[in-house]
Formats: sequence, structure tokens, C-alpha cells
Amino acid sequence: MGCKQVYLLLDENNLCSYYQFDKNPGIKVKGKFVSERFAYLEDESVIDKLVQFKSDTQINVSFSLPQMHCASCIYLLENLHRIDAGVISSQANFQKKEVFISFNPTLISLRKVVELLSFIGYEPFISLQDTKEKPASSFNRKRIFRLGVAGFCFSNIMMLSFPEYFSGGHIEQNGLKETFTWIIFGLSLPVLFYAASSFFVSAWKGLRQSDINIDVPITLAIIITFGRSYYEIISGTGAGYLDSGTGIIFFMLVGRWFQDKTYDSLAFDRDYHAYFPLGVTVLRNAVEENIPATKLLKGDIIIVRHEEMIPADAVLISGDACIDYSFVSGENAPVSKHSGDLLYAGGKQTGAAIKLQVVKEASQSYITRLWNNQAFSKDINSKDSFIHPWSRYFTAALFTVAISAAVYWYVVDPAKLWPAVTAVLIVACPCSLLLSATFTFGNMMRIFGRQKLYLKNAQVIESLAGIDTVVFDKTGTITQNNTSDVSYTGKQLSEWDKALVKNAASHSSHHLSKLVGSSLDVPYTTDQHLQYFREYAGRGIDATVDHVQVKLGAAEFINDKEEVKAFSGSRVYVMIDQQRKGFFEIQNKYREGFTTVVDHLQGAGYDLHVLSGDNDSEKMNLERIFNGKLSLHFNCTPQDKLDYIKNLQASGKKVLMIGDGLNDAGALMQSDAGIAVSDHAARFTPACDAIIDGNSVQKLYRFLQYAKAGKHVVTASFILSILYNFVGLSFAVQAKLSPMVAAILMPASSISIVLLVSFLSSLVARRKGL
Amino acid sequence: MSALFILIGISILVAGSFLAAFLWSVAKGQFDDDYTPSVRMLFDNELTHGQSESPIKITKTKKEKCR
Repeated sequence: MGCKQVYLLLDENNLCSYYQFDKNPGIKVKGKFVSERFAYLEDESVIDKLVQFKSDTQINVSFSLPQMHCASCIYLLENLHRIDAGVISSQANFQKKEVFISFNPTLISLRKVVELLSFIGYEPFISLQDTKEKPASSFNRKRIFRLGVAGFCFSNIMMLSFPEYFSGGHIEQNGLKETFTWIIFGLSLPVLFYAASSFFVSAWKGLRQSDINIDVPITLAIIITFGRSYYEIISGTGAGYLDSGTGIIFFMLVGRWFQDKTYDSLAFDRDYHAYFPLGVTVLRNAVEENIPATKLLKGDIIIVRHEEMIPADAVLISGDACIDYSFVSGENAPVSKHSGDLLYAGGKQTGAAIKLQVVKEASQSYITRLWNNQAFSKDINSKDSFIHPWSRYFTAALFTVAISAAVYWYVVDPAKLWPAVTAVLIVACPCSLLLSATFTFGNMMRIFGRQKLYLKNAQVIESLAGIDTVVFDKTGTITQNNTSDVSYTGKQLSEWDKALVKNAASHSSHHLSKLVGSSLDVPYTTDQHLQYFREYAGRGIDATVDHVQVKLGAAEFINDKEEVKAFSGSRVYVMIDQQRKGFFEIQNKYREGFTTVVDHLQGAGYDLHVLSGDNDSEKMNLERIFNGKLSLHFNCTPQDKLDYIKNLQASGKKVLMIGDGLNDAGALMQSDAGIAVSDHAARFTPACDAIIDGNSVQKLYRFLQYAKAGKHVVTASFILSILYNFVGLSFAVQAKLSPMVAAILMPASSISIVLLVSFLSSLVARRKGL
Repeated sequence: MSALFILIGISILVAGSFLAAFLWSVAKGQFDDDYTPSVRMLFDNELTHGQSESPIKITKTKKEKCR
């Protein structure tokens, strides 16, 4: 239906080549297109927050469109002006999954633009928070500026230093050597004062918190290298070490840039604001009015339609409420509520529209209170990288060597004291330490990304390596959302019987009936007519189809006394024409390969836990999958989950939490590493450290092993860099470090370490099967 | 050999102009998105009914069929 509308729209506007760019262009329009949903976009204050530029004849706005998935999408989105004349231009950014639209407000309103986008299948993700995200790109640009400047200066300094290396310091032409030296001097200034400034800032921040991070020894090395070189150049005693100094800064900047790969289209910091509806239909003076959810007041009467989310805790006034809380609490089945019941914010209504009275404002609701917990205000940078203690030992060892050399030369030949000490500090720059970590983790992040585990930053790898306890959420994490296995046991059902059951079930709104109905693959026949239908709440349905009585429901409902005691799970018994036929068993569908992952994790000694917001109907299945060795907890509230993780951590465990919904948000934040599971790239995940694709959950064990191996790769390359340092130091302590030796040794060590770690981390990934 | 002085100066100027071009392109956002433009250039600018004022006269022989 949706597709046909889109096709007609495209055909009308001569955009049919949309269907030529990719084999499967276009995805379905989600749900029913309800035009009232975007009515809040008429509100001036909302418009002002969303738009980037506004004049009488032009408005510029950017939308995030998570559904963008192929080349055809770009084509369609960039031809919006041909669908509606009010659109001036539109430009898609595929990697950020954004579209930039400028339109003429006198011809088309913002709401109409959003409705047009939704109509063609790209419903924008609108969050009033997103407008604050702008600084990220200018930060990245600054970083590339620094990289460019450092690269330019380094390569030119290297080129101008060649005559010095090859001539052994004697250049025939008068003045040429001096010219080279001064040009080098000039070129090094932007590197020191601009490109390297990020190291100084970070070192200063560390020192102020009396913490020696890795940037402290690096800053020291940079200052001494440049200080001694400038002294030599100004006093005319030598050429200095500016070539190797700028080279090292360039390599370190490349490393940092390489490590800080970001996934533009993913967000790791969403809170509940991102999930909750922005607009609400309010009934005021018997008139329906659409207002932004933030303006919702206690006592307001609101209307929630099919597939809409309840914006705030509210009491049901009228209508048949069937609320799906799966995202908020992890409960699998929708719950039906009666008037007077309290409905919590975050539930989704399925069925006809309901009328509610708000009892708490959105920010005070049951689920949103979770965000007041400390876990959400913790400093994300507090996790200390394991290279930091290394850099402390390194700094201590370095000073020991420098002081020993100073003492020795003070006794033997005081003239060589300063050259020896400074050379020690120049050559033993801990940059190889930094390089090995940044390049290993950067490469690993790319490999993880290829396997659809998207990490927020490189520190997550270290957290993953230290994990000894894994906590799973059930619904949506180890089971697949919205899919269940329905199996039939009992007497054979004929095609006609199946059609009868399907027909009877189709009239019920109970989710079990729906599942049974959809599991029967018989064609819908119009031959059968429903004569009688009655639904007994919580028990079953009684229908007469084609003069045959069909009863579906619990064991008691069809008077099956033996079965009543046997099983309490989700079974739907069938009785046709007073004959018991058998039962449909509905089980959650577990993710493919999940049992293997559990076996591997248990084999490797990981402690496994399952926290579920659902009831315990799946207890037996879970115990079977986990071979009986697990801690199972059912009916957990979001707060319970958070506290459970906290208790595990208090007993010294390093906890990995894997969850998917808002109900896991607290646990994901509290855990040492929180991974959010997402089945569609378009679905939004709560704040977390990493996002994993649903199909990659089965690789979890390999991911954890690889993270551990990565740490070993870094350690191995540390050892190599220490060997290089020994060679360099042996020259330095003898006060024999010529600029040429430094210029060969330092880039050589940097490049060989980069190559080694890239090769090793890729090799290990292949051996782990990633 | 004194030509070297001039040549070095020129070489740094040339290299500097490349740096300036690079910085300018970064600032203009040319590296922000390295995928979409590669697809965009493949789209044909088909003529629509309303674009008869187009300077180049192209008559369409067949209406493109929609699949």
C-alpha cells in the first residue's frame, strides 16, 4: 500500500529512475501514515529549535533519517524539489544519514516537509537535543588542520635536512647551510605552537589533577627536543633535532586521528528524551490540540493512538488499552488495562485510540526517574587506560638513566653533561608507547566495526578485555523481538481445520491468538463465515465458524484436566467441534548461535547472569541453554537491574551488560562495558559503550577473546619499542647522538611499530575468525 | 649554486600553496562526506515536462519505462 503511493508520487513527478539505481530500492512506509502526528511542528518554539536558518522566503533545516540505506535513497532525497515546488534544494549526507533541506515557508510548511519525507518512507528522527551536536565536526576539522600543518612542516624539514646528513655537516656554498637551518627553524614553529598544542593541553590537565598521564613525558620530550634544537641553531653550534622532533609529532597526531574513528550515523549518548514523543494530542475545551510534550501539564487529558507512545504517567479514562511495554520493561506480551488503571510512560498503545489523564509530568515519570541516578552523571573518562601506569614506570626509568648519565659525565667530562642528558630525553620519547596503543586499538575498532560491533571509543576495548562477568537482558537481547516460535503438538489438523482456527483467531486481539493465527499458513478463504464469537478475558475464545464450534485458549478453558497441572507456559489449546485436537506452544525465539556462545563463554570461565523484566515462563528454556549454570532473575525493574550490576561490581567483578531497551539503560551505564543490541540500524539504542548488530551477538565470545589478544599485541610492541630505546639510549648516554642517527632511528622505530601492530592485530583477528 | 636559494624559496611556496588548498578544502567541508558525492554524479539530469526552457534541445524518443 505504502509502496504504491510512493510509486504513484514518483511517477507523477517523473522520478521513475529511482527504481533503476539499486535492485531493492525503498523500504516500506512504517505503520499507518497519521498526519496528526506531526502537528506539533506548527508550534513556533519547536520550529525555532529545529531550523538552522530562517528568513521570510527560506528556511534551512537538517534531518536525521536513519532509514537511508542505498544509492536510490540519495537520488530520491535529492530530488525532493521535483515532488514539491516549495522545496528549494535538498542534499543528502549518506554517512551521517542526514538530509539538508532548504524550503520556501510561503509555499510549504516545516510540518509538510516532514510529512512528505515520512510519506516517501524516510520519517525523520526529530529530537530537540540534536541541534546541540554541531561542535563535533569543527573539532574534527581542527584535528585535521593540525595534522595537515604538521605533515607539511615535517616533510619540508626532512627535505631541507638531507644536505646536512649527506655532507656530514660541511656544505661548500657560503650561507646555504645557514639558510636551510633558519628555514627549518621557521617551519618548526607552527608545529610546536599549533600542531603539538593538544599534547600540552592534555599534559597540563593531567598535572593539575596530579596525574602523570602519557602526555606528560611526551610534552617533556617535545620541549627538550625543540629547546635544545633552538639553542643549537641560535648559538650556531649545530643543526638540532627538529627533523625527528616534528616527525614524531606528526606520527603521534596520525595515531590519535586513526584511533578516534567515529561512527557518524550512530549515537552513543541518547537518553529518554530521544525515545519519547515530541508532540502530544491534548483535549482542551473539547477541542483536540497538538502541543509539544514538554508543555504537557499535570491533569491534561491526552489522546494516544495506535502505535503511539504514552508521554507521561497517566490514568486511563476511556478506551481499550492494550499496552506494549516491551521496550521499557522487557515484558514480552502487551498488557490490557481498564479505565482507572495507571499507565506508565514509555508504553505503546496497540489498537484503537485511548483517552488518558496525565498524573505526572514527563520528566517525573516512573521510567525517566532512572536518569536521576548517579550512574548517569559519572565521568566517562574515569576509566584509566593501562598504558598510563606504563608511562609512569617509563618516566621513572627514563629519569634514572638521565640522572646516572649526568652523574657519570659530571665526573668524567662536565662539557658533555648537557648534550648527554638532553639526548637521553630526546631519544627516549615515550611516543612509541603511544603509537603502539593508538594504532592497535584503531585497527581493532575497524575490525570490530566490520563485524558490526561499533565501539564508542578505543577505551572500550580495554574494558572488554578485563571482563569476567556477562549479564544478559532477555527480551530483545537473547530472544528476538516480535518473533516467536509457534509449534503444534497433537492430532493432525486438516487444511480445513487450520482455516477454521485461523478464522477464529483473527477476530481476537489477544497477542497469543494473533501469533497462532499468523503461524498457520493456510490461504484466507471467504467460504467460511463467523456466526458466533466471544472472548473470555485471560481464558480463551469461543467461536462458531461455518457451524463448527472452535475453542482456543488455556487448558482449563477446554476442560483438559490432565494438562492443567502439566504446564504453565504459553500454550494455546484447540478444541474443534467438542474434540480436543492438541495445543500450540509459543516460545520465545532465541538468537541463532546463542547456545554456542553460552557454551564457549562458560568454557572460558565467564560468570553468566540473565536479568529479565518479563515473567518466568521461559525459565526452563533458559536453564537448558545455560546448562543450568547461571543466575536467573525475573520481573526486574530498571532500577533492580542497575542495583544488580552495582552489587556484582562491589564484589570485585568486571561486568559486561548486554541489553537493548530503555529498561536496561541504567544497567548499561553502570556496567564496566555496556553493549546495546540493535536489530535495525534505524532503531535507536540507549546510551552505551558499544552497539552490536543483532546477528553479531553470536560472535560475542570471539569479540571478548580478540579484545584480550589486542592487549597482548600492545604489550608485545611495547617490548619492541623498549629495544629501540636501548639502542637510542646507548648512543645518547655516550653523548654521541648525531641528528642523523636520531633522524633515522626515530621514524624507523615509529614506522616499524605501526606496521607491526597493524599486521599483528589483523593476523590475530583472522585467527579468531573475525 | 646560488640558484638554489631561489629554487628552495619557490619549492616552499609551491608546497605552501598545496597546504593552503588542503586547509581550505577541509574548512569548506569537502572531506566531511566521502560517499554521497560519488553517487550523486551518477544521477542523470532527465528532463521533466516543465523544463522546456533548457538551452540544449534534446528530444526524448521514448518515455522511460518504470520497473
